[in-house]
Amino acid sequence: MTPGSTPAACAALLRRDLTLAWRRRGDIALPVLYAVIVVTLFPFALGPEPQLLQRIAGGVVFVTVLLAMLLSLDGLFRPDIDDGSMEQLMLAPQPLALLVGMKILAHWLTAALPLVVVAPVLASMLHLPPPAIVVLVVALAVATPLLSLLGAVLVALAAGAKRSGMLLALMLLPLCVPVVIFAAGAVAAAQDGLPWIAPIAWLGAGLALAVVLAPLACAAALRIAMDT
Amino acid sequence: MSAFLAMGGYGFYVWTAFAIFFIVLLIDTLAPLARRRRHLREIRARIARQANRRRPGTPARNESNA
Amino acid sequence: MANWVPLWLHRLGSPPTFYRFAGAVYPWALGLAFVLGAIALYGGLVVAPADYQQGDAYRIIFIHVPSAWMSLFIYGVMTLAAFIALVWRIKLAETVAMASAPIGAAFTAITLATGSLWGKPMWGTWWTWDARLTSELVLLFIYLGIIGLCHAFEDRRQGARAAAFLVLVGAVNVPIVHFSVNWWNTLHQGATIRLLGPSHMAASMVWPLLTMMGATKFYYIASLFSRVRTELLAAEGGKAWVRELAVAGVAGGKA
Repeated sequence: MTPGSTPAACAALLRRDLTLAWRRRGDIALPVLYAVIVVTLFPFALGPEPQLLQRIAGGVVFVTVLLAMLLSLDGLFRPDIDDGSMEQLMLAPQPLALLVGMKILAHWLTAALPLVVVAPVLASMLHLPPPAIVVLVVALAVATPLLSLLGAVLVALAAGAKRSGMLLALMLLPLCVPVVIFAAGAVAAAQDGLPWIAPIAWLGAGLALAVVLAPLACAAALRIAMDT
Repeated sequence: MSAFLAMGGYGFYVWTAFAIFFIVLLIDTLAPLARRRRHLREIRARIARQANRRRPGTPARNESNA
Repeated sequence: MANWVPLWLHRLGSPPTFYRFAGAVYPWALGLAFVLGAIALYGGLVVAPADYQQGDAYRIIFIHVPSAWMSLFIYGVMTLAAFIALVWRIKLAETVAMASAPIGAAFTAITLATGSLWGKPMWGTWWTWDARLTSELVLLFIYLGIIGLCHAFEDRRQGARAAAFLVLVGAVNVPIVHFSVNWWNTLHQGATIRLLGPSHMAASMVWPLLTMMGATKFYYIASLFSRVRTELLAAEGGKAWVRELAVAGVAGGKA
């Protein structure tokens, strides 16, 4: 790769973000810890009957993963905006959408992938049967990048705002309703012995669309939010 | 008249629904009017402050982008 | 003919002209909304006969359906204004989009509240996770998110532009939410209740409904213009025309 070319810039940015994340390993563990705590609390609140826990397991794990991702989303662009490197990215000759896409990829690798890995453990804590766990992992593997992409657009929009903590949740809720419905629907269908391919396929279609459109929207939103 | 108010036993639901409709729209009508009056008062206060600050003999500063 | 229409529209885009125009239209729109609303209420509450199945409770339809229709119509107007604002960077379009959001949120809230009040005597429950109810609730969250984002910025215009972008995102999202909630309902065998049968309503029930729809449209125009006027005053606070207006307001007694 020639230095300064678009692939080289993307690779460099990805390497930088992953290095930064690795230096602060504790922050990666935080969402996972949060998810474990939330899932542990459910049996205490609802009682330990396996039938009840089995019925709600898929939904609980999904909502927990979603909230844990929301926790980490706020830090997606914030450090770069604070130290001024976001301005550098916007001035770079490479297309901003691609660079932002790399940042989203790095965020997914560091914040969402650990959650997907830990999800089977959480699900078996709630007595989800093994065939359904496989579907859960597949659904999460498709749904979490979709959530990362959608969330990134909203984080970019709120980037110039003074306060954005609760606002981000309010804006993300309408966007993630379809994702939750299809992802949890696939698990519920697998639990009932019904075909579960269709909702996963819908999620995949959404992901394909989001991979193309979300970085573009994200770049446009950043330009609006940073335009001073 | 009381039969009209009773609405065939559904009076509570019907009249509460209509009350919500009118109260929400009334608030929606009055809120911008009150805010506009406040803005105008603030602008007048600012003009008055600027007029006081201006010393006699010096030309008025143009603070159009204040 | 061909020339003065675009010229007039162009002039209307300038804040002082629009302020005066909106001020002139406002009392007429509000008055028309009031008169039409009164006629519709008379028709709906007094003239129209009780429904043979639902008794008098169905009369909530005369505010519920127009509000539901307005909650979507206002989102449509807002999307159009947001698109114009982002593409051509017209300040007035930003203001129109942002002024529409609270009105749309008000109509959405009315729709949810009256629907709940209608559902209690008819279905025996205040709330059901029906596709239309859920979509309307999500619409309310979208409206609130737009209002929240617009106010989260220090700079007024920047907030309006970011929120306008969110309006477009929401416009893509609403149909997807509706579709997914429909699918979810078939999966979970939710209570699908049809309140409005295929339209075989009597004419004496239809005309008050249509009149009320007209009344809410005029109300929207009035409220929108009132809000846009307020926003223009706040945004252009230091400009000469606003100062003249404020001073004239003291002398004339009324602005």
